[in-house]
Amino acid sequence: MYRYIIKRILFLIPTVLGVVFIIYFVMNITPGDPARAMLGSSAPQADIDKLNHELGYDLPFLQKYFNYIYNMVVKQDFGISYFTRQSVFAEIWPRYIVTINLALMGVVLSSVIGIPLGIYAAVKQYSLWDTVPSIFAFLIAAVPSFVLGMILLFVFSLKLNLLPSYGITSFSNYIMPALTISIPPAAMNLRFTKSSMLESIRQDFVRTARAKGAPEKIVIWKHALKNAMLPIITNIGLNLGMLIAGAVVAEKLFSIPGIGSLIVDRITYKDEPVIIAGTILIAVCFTIVMLMVDVIYAYIDPRIKAKYARMKG
Amino acid sequence: MNELILDIDDLSVIYKTDLETVKAVNGINLKIGKGKTLGLVGETGAGKTTTALSILKLLPENTGKVTSGNVKFEGTNLLEMNEHEIREIRGGQIAMVFQDPMTSLNPVMTVGDQIAEAIIMHNEGLSKGEIEKRIDEKLTMVGILPSRKTEYPHQFSGGMKQRVVIAMALACEPKLLIADEPTTALDVTIQAQVLMMIKELRNRLGTSMLMITHDLGVVAKICDDVAVMYAGEIVEAGTVHDIFLGEDHHPYTEGLFGSIPNLSSRTKRLNSIPGLMPDPTNLPEGCIFAPRCKYCMDICIRVHPNTVFDETHSLKCHLFDGKLRRDKQEGKSEKQ
Repeated sequence: MYRYIIKRILFLIPTVLGVVFIIYFVMNITPGDPARAMLGSSAPQADIDKLNHELGYDLPFLQKYFNYIYNMVVKQDFGISYFTRQSVFAEIWPRYIVTINLALMGVVLSSVIGIPLGIYAAVKQYSLWDTVPSIFAFLIAAVPSFVLGMILLFVFSLKLNLLPSYGITSFSNYIMPALTISIPPAAMNLRFTKSSMLESIRQDFVRTARAKGAPEKIVIWKHALKNAMLPIITNIGLNLGMLIAGAVVAEKLFSIPGIGSLIVDRITYKDEPVIIAGTILIAVCFTIVMLMVDVIYAYIDPRIKAKYARMKG
Repeated sequence: MNELILDIDDLSVIYKTDLETVKAVNGINLKIGKGKTLGLVGETGAGKTTTALSILKLLPENTGKVTSGNVKFEGTNLLEMNEHEIREIRGGQIAMVFQDPMTSLNPVMTVGDQIAEAIIMHNEGLSKGEIEKRIDEKLTMVGILPSRKTEYPHQFSGGMKQRVVIAMALACEPKLLIADEPTTALDVTIQAQVLMMIKELRNRLGTSMLMITHDLGVVAKICDDVAVMYAGEIVEAGTVHDIFLGEDHHPYTEGLFGSIPNLSSRTKRLNSIPGLMPDPTNLPEGCIFAPRCKYCMDICIRVHPNTVFDETHSLKCHLFDGKLRRDKQEGKSEKQ
């Protein structure tokens, strides 16, 4: 098991190398340059070349790639932003904390809303407890999150004046963005949980548990739910991974300084160091989340644990 | 027959969906004496498992429904019990061993925990040590090393899993054990082992048993009484002696015996009963076996036969209408 975890963590190295390479490559084949973006279209070509040279943008892309890897590994230096001329790390880190906070809130909220409703819908299949939340989930899943966010803004900020509409100065600032990003995954959680539970409830061992005289409470929570957990956990992991990559829409809508909107903004300026550092961070987090999902799998299902243990090196 | 432990009277069960109504069990009568073993024989889809599930009220909630009849366990009607009362019975007084040991154990719980669950459910106030002791006892009883209780079902072979299921069922020393084709999913050498174990445990613990099977060999080995089920009805019932050695048989029972391959005569093809079981959504008006019966008469197609009795032996066939004594009282509930 530990070998497996270490192996997975070591896999991060090629992942990061690949991420950096892909970004330099894509930046290289797309038109535009940072100096032109900063100085404007009327600036003379000489100035632009000069600035590009100062930034180090005009180097061949393989050289830039190896330089970056070298600085990152040896000096733990993620470079200087082309655009703000600040240390990339200093620029990204505070934003990343904001994004992680928001993502965690979103995931917790979506699980707390979606999973119990899904379990209940499966247990009370065909009753109102099933049909009403399920139909609602269908509707919500079809609504884009920016529409949802705007409705929230309109109701709670503009009409009721209860919640602040932008910034991240206090906890109340997080409420609406967290809701906006958590409702669609909550609907997805509901549907995943429901189908997974329905499948698990029909299993023979659930009938065995009933035949033992186990009360319904134990049958559902101990026998059925634990076996239905795997797909649900996968879904939660994917949600978290997606939200850590930045909820660009919600960040833009509520003017939250998160990592998603930062990367999107800097793509216009071809701010390679910021984009790369941001993407590395996202890739690392995503890998860790997925690894956590796998470890939880092994914890829940002894068959998977046995499989990990059997795997050699 | 001496004191009855289980008395099923005129039980009918349907499965109802939006599209159709399946008549799974149609007015059956079954009696199991204390300490006796009844074999319920019939082909797949005859309603054997449905009968067993309705005894414990484990029919699928949304579709399965008992439409008539009583299931009396030591005199009390199980069908009238509420959820709480039937839970006391399940696992405690009546336990069930299911057909497929591969799927009837929870894959994410250790076998020890699963046995413990049955024990705790029906014996409140046992200390941890006592429970552990009981688990060890039960596992030893079915021939599994107690040290394996911390293992998970996937670490056991099929035969071993069925032993665990049996240990679980016998954990609270039930008065009645329902074994629903306990050996069907196992391979032949393991079948014999498990069967002998069931027989031995039954004799030792004095448990009454309802043995559901389609294997007449199993019946001959361990049952006292036999009921032959076809398309939701009991077409013939009696002691093992009546069924295996008696003269008169329902044509379906004859067919069942006829389809056992004979070692002494070499035949190219195995015998089988021609045709298929009738569609349970649309049962024939007359005798349910008439379409496949080689003795089929005019009356068989029109009139549903009544049960005729000869002491312990009962038959539901027009062939025997005049020959055997007819019991009016029992017969009336069989009319449809």
